[in-house]
Amino acid sequence: MADVSFLLNGEIVRLDGIDPTTTLLDWLRDSRGLTGTKEGCNEGDCGACTVVVTDGGGPRALNACILFLPQLHGRAVRTVEGIAGPDGQLHPVQQAMVDLHGSQCGFCTPGFIASMAAAHAAGATDFNDKLAGNLCRCTGYAPIVRAAEAAASEPVPDWMAEDLAVLGAPESDMPVTADALAEWYLANPDATLVAGATDVGLWITKQFRKIGPVAFLNRIPELAGIAVTDEAIRIGAMTTVSEFGAFIAGHHPGLAEMIRRYGSTQVRNAATVGGNIANGSPIGDSPPALIALGATLHLRCGADRRAIPLESFFLDYGRQDRKPGEFVEAVSLPRQPDRLKCYKLSKRFDQDISAVMGALSVTVEDGAVTAARIAFGGMAGIPKRAAAVEAALLGRPWTLETVTAAAAKMAEDFTPLSDMRASADYRLKAAANMLIRYFHEDQGTAANVLEVSA
Amino acid sequence: MTVAKPLPHDAAPLHVTGQARYVDDIPVPASCLHLAFGLSKVAKGTLTSLDLDAVRAAPGVVMVLTAADFGHVPDCSPGAHDEPLLCTGEIHFEGQPLFLVAATSHGAARRAAALGKAEIAEETPVLSIDDALEAESFFGAKLVWGQGDPDAALAGAAMTAEGSMEIGGQEHFYLEGQAALSVPQEGGDMLVHSSTQHPTEIQHKVAEALETGMHAVRVETRRMGGGFGGKESQGNWLAIATAIVASRTGRPAKMRYDRDDDMVITGKRHDFRIAYKVGFDNTGKIAGIEFEQFCRCGWSQDLSHAIADRAMLHADNAYHLPHVRIVSHRLKTNTVSATAFRGFGGPQGMVAIERVLDHVAHAVGKDPLEVRRLNYYDTVPRHGDGLAAGMEDGRGVVPGPHAVPQITPYGMPVEDFELHEMTEALAASCGYAGRRAAIREWNAASPVLKRGIALGPVKFGISFTLTHLNQAGALVHVYQDGSIAMNHGGTEMGQGLFQKVAQVAASRFGVRPERVKITATDTAKVPNTSATAASSGSDLNGMAVRAACDTIVERLAEFVAEKHQASPREVVFAEDKVTVGGAEYSFEEVAKAAYEARISLSATGFYKTPKIEWDRIAGHGRPFYYFAYGVACTEVVLDTLTGENRILRTDILHDCGSSLNPALDKGQVEGAYVQGAGWLTMEELVWDAKGRLRTHAPSTYKIPACSDRPPVFNVALWDRPNREDTIYRSKAVGEPPFMLGISNFLALSDAVAACGDAYPAIDAPATPERLLWAVERVKS
Repeated sequence: MADVSFLLNGEIVRLDGIDPTTTLLDWLRDSRGLTGTKEGCNEGDCGACTVVVTDGGGPRALNACILFLPQLHGRAVRTVEGIAGPDGQLHPVQQAMVDLHGSQCGFCTPGFIASMAAAHAAGATDFNDKLAGNLCRCTGYAPIVRAAEAAASEPVPDWMAEDLAVLGAPESDMPVTADALAEWYLANPDATLVAGATDVGLWITKQFRKIGPVAFLNRIPELAGIAVTDEAIRIGAMTTVSEFGAFIAGHHPGLAEMIRRYGSTQVRNAATVGGNIANGSPIGDSPPALIALGATLHLRCGADRRAIPLESFFLDYGRQDRKPGEFVEAVSLPRQPDRLKCYKLSKRFDQDISAVMGALSVTVEDGAVTAARIAFGGMAGIPKRAAAVEAALLGRPWTLETVTAAAAKMAEDFTPLSDMRASADYRLKAAANMLIRYFHEDQGTAANVLEVSA
Repeated sequence: MTVAKPLPHDAAPLHVTGQARYVDDIPVPASCLHLAFGLSKVAKGTLTSLDLDAVRAAPGVVMVLTAADFGHVPDCSPGAHDEPLLCTGEIHFEGQPLFLVAATSHGAARRAAALGKAEIAEETPVLSIDDALEAESFFGAKLVWGQGDPDAALAGAAMTAEGSMEIGGQEHFYLEGQAALSVPQEGGDMLVHSSTQHPTEIQHKVAEALETGMHAVRVETRRMGGGFGGKESQGNWLAIATAIVASRTGRPAKMRYDRDDDMVITGKRHDFRIAYKVGFDNTGKIAGIEFEQFCRCGWSQDLSHAIADRAMLHADNAYHLPHVRIVSHRLKTNTVSATAFRGFGGPQGMVAIERVLDHVAHAVGKDPLEVRRLNYYDTVPRHGDGLAAGMEDGRGVVPGPHAVPQITPYGMPVEDFELHEMTEALAASCGYAGRRAAIREWNAASPVLKRGIALGPVKFGISFTLTHLNQAGALVHVYQDGSIAMNHGGTEMGQGLFQKVAQVAASRFGVRPERVKITATDTAKVPNTSATAASSGSDLNGMAVRAACDTIVERLAEFVAEKHQASPREVVFAEDKVTVGGAEYSFEEVAKAAYEARISLSATGFYKTPKIEWDRIAGHGRPFYYFAYGVACTEVVLDTLTGENRILRTDILHDCGSSLNPALDKGQVEGAYVQGAGWLTMEELVWDAKGRLRTHAPSTYKIPACSDRPPVFNVALWDRPNREDTIYRSKAVGEPPFMLGISNFLALSDAVAACGDAYPAIDAPATPERLLWAVERVKS
């Protein structure tokens, strides 16, 4: 049971003794009668339940269907009902959606309004990315983007800016230091740690799992944030994927570009760098990229800390090198010249789980390969390096002949599966071709469909 | 006049503020029960035992029903009586409901339903088209339609080509899942709120299930959060289940499918295999052609026969096929029962003939557009427009000869063909020829990326092919304060039907549109309605509402004329006023005075589509009142290393006749194009070897997202009145533009063709994987 306090459409809400796995969406619709926010999929993939959540980091769009109430503690929520002004004045994005025919059946519309209002408040105009997590089956999106563009120059309404001033910093019984968490987790090693809940959320909404004692990590500031030294970049486990993506653009733009397509805005705003590693998924998008960059994982168990190469954390499908009571504290990357390219392959460009996620970093000196770190997701039960391919490149001249020969080694490194995303043969062929694409791009040959325009 | 104005959707202000109410948003008393089905996890077998102890013991569970709890298990089918609500022993598909749970919350019902233990004697399921052919598992005998002598034409043709194409199905992915709420009334009556395109069928099926008359069941549908055909018959299950539970418990009962359940239980677009053999001359002119269509219907009939018929009816698309045979097989498989989806089989038939045209063009080495135009039906001049073959009409030379309309494979003359002029106009406005040349040049210099372009037509037949469905009713009231309430049998699923029909009503009364209150579809107000389907909503209901309005207008005109010793014809209803001679009244004044003079201010209206007659077994007649047309040009870029691709630009010219509301019609065209493009590219349904659907959530089934729309998207309406006497000479718009998305598929094929000499022969959906293999084939 948990005690939670947050602002809802400008009014303080205090909930005592709630089930900590109650989702915001169910609570809004069933307990508050706020039925404007819709359930489209109940797994964070359609955006119909999007709400605006504001904290010290500003307003952001989140999926209410996989957002547990304790994650809202000390934050402010605006649902579609609260995006219009207190006297019913329409927000500029609402007015533009009416005027420019942005709604048809209207069921996805509240979610779009929330995403658009969050983008509007942040002054963002990259609407394809800001709206990638909102599915619409009626309009084909064109009129929605027209509306977003039309509203962009309108001022942010006063009521959207007032939220945090009202709330202050309410008390909470959730851990607020890493020390407290370490101690508690050691005493409760069967507990579930909830970071962004973009994965754990589905355990509840789809699998009906009982997750026992739960710790929410969103109140531990020292676990979040990015520190840069001359030697390394250290990313706290609770750093959101959004924050990481924005930061890493200055160091490894290929990784930032991959993150632009990772989940959706709503998912990236909730998901954390640590969570994407700790859940051990074979299809998480960040581990291959981090492995290709030579990342080190920082684990903590009680007072004990250890650091291991990230690739050695993933032992086998569903199994990681993590002791009971041990948790991911951070991941660090050595500073290095940028040679990384990330190739995220899926049926849809945005918000799709990768069939293959290739991360390649090949260092060439005097025309020969001097270092190669190549890692893939979706090719094995774990994120894994292509050792044979790397070996076939090392020391060889950097030519199409070399990469073609090395790409042929992919079958020595991987025996992928066939599933609903792709066949094993396609995965193998596409992974091999990613190395060839890397070479072409390195030579300045156009090989990215996203960089072509009419 | 309000008609033709680009007014916003009537509910837009409610949509954007979260006030628009869907079934699950209707406030219910705390006593309301919530339902969930327990589903079969296997595709075929016999249910030998069902252990539901844990389900009954689960928190919040109030009632659990199985087939054994019914004397006669209610039927959920739209007509064939082959869909029992709960499994009666035989398992037909993965996802088939085995038992029904009623609990105190939606979550409690879902959690309890997961606890059921079914023992099933599993059998080998019939899954694929090949499985069904081998097992000779069919619904009915094959159907054969055609004209001329295709065998002789094929034998005598200078060149021939043949091939076979797999065409995938499509999940509707309406954002609002299926939902129904039944509220018991006194004396055993039932009020059902249903997210349905077909309230009358819900009423009919619920009455049947409750063993009562249709008069005891009232169905109300204010709006759906998307339908696309997926709510034409698929809502029956939820409405019947809730009505049964409400009837047995006396408590309101609500059911909405969780998304995964929705995608597993409900039908999708039919997948097809279409084989073809075509004979042609060296210009690409088709001499003879044969199609064999294999339609995978799933476990029950649902609407499959009508859908497979429509696939046959669109096997010609825009092309005159004097010697043609179309064979259709309807296959029964242990998969979910495929159902209506925007286009209703038409898109599948059409994509096959477009594939043929591409194949023929490749064989004769000509631009596919040239071959398409060569095979188009002839233009027939509009009555009175004085055009003749070879004359210049401002858009180019009118092709001839055209004194006599050419005949479709099903015996219908094509009298209203617009595509020569529309194609000419679009090819010019989008710069087709120049861009095609530029693309060839660009491709020659690009080893990894290839571009492709295609311009293709749509000709879509408008009317229900089941002729008696082409009728509609309306009910209009004018109140004594001058406000107007309008009701008709059409349902609102986002297409803007209510607004378009309200514009008709406002125009008939000559009043501002705010005066017309749009009300929920209600079987107690207008009976015996047809599904809002077949793009017919505005055509049918617009006319019915017009008839009702005109009845009242005539009464008011007579009343006003009498006071002024004028003829009713001299009374003018316009600009929210009524004028006669020199006198002018507000509409309120007239309404009030008429009421006080004891004039009836309420009227029904009725409409039935003229001219149509159809023999579906013979495949002959006039199934359609008219055709709607469109042309689209799509340019794409393809990565030949992975098969990834993007739309770069799309130009569309679409025929809505004289549009009732150009903004709403344009919205239909844009949305339909993106949905059609998704069908043929990223939307892939995958079943495993045991017949389990592996793509049952948006995490695994990908509909187009925001960035998948064309970055350059030019949509224009072909603004010419319908030649037939439809409501304000408009044309239906719901389905036809869906098939404009075929141009995306053709453009991808064009890009693949740039990789080598062979014809790409791509199956649909053209996923990156399929495209990469096509590139490999073409290269070798």
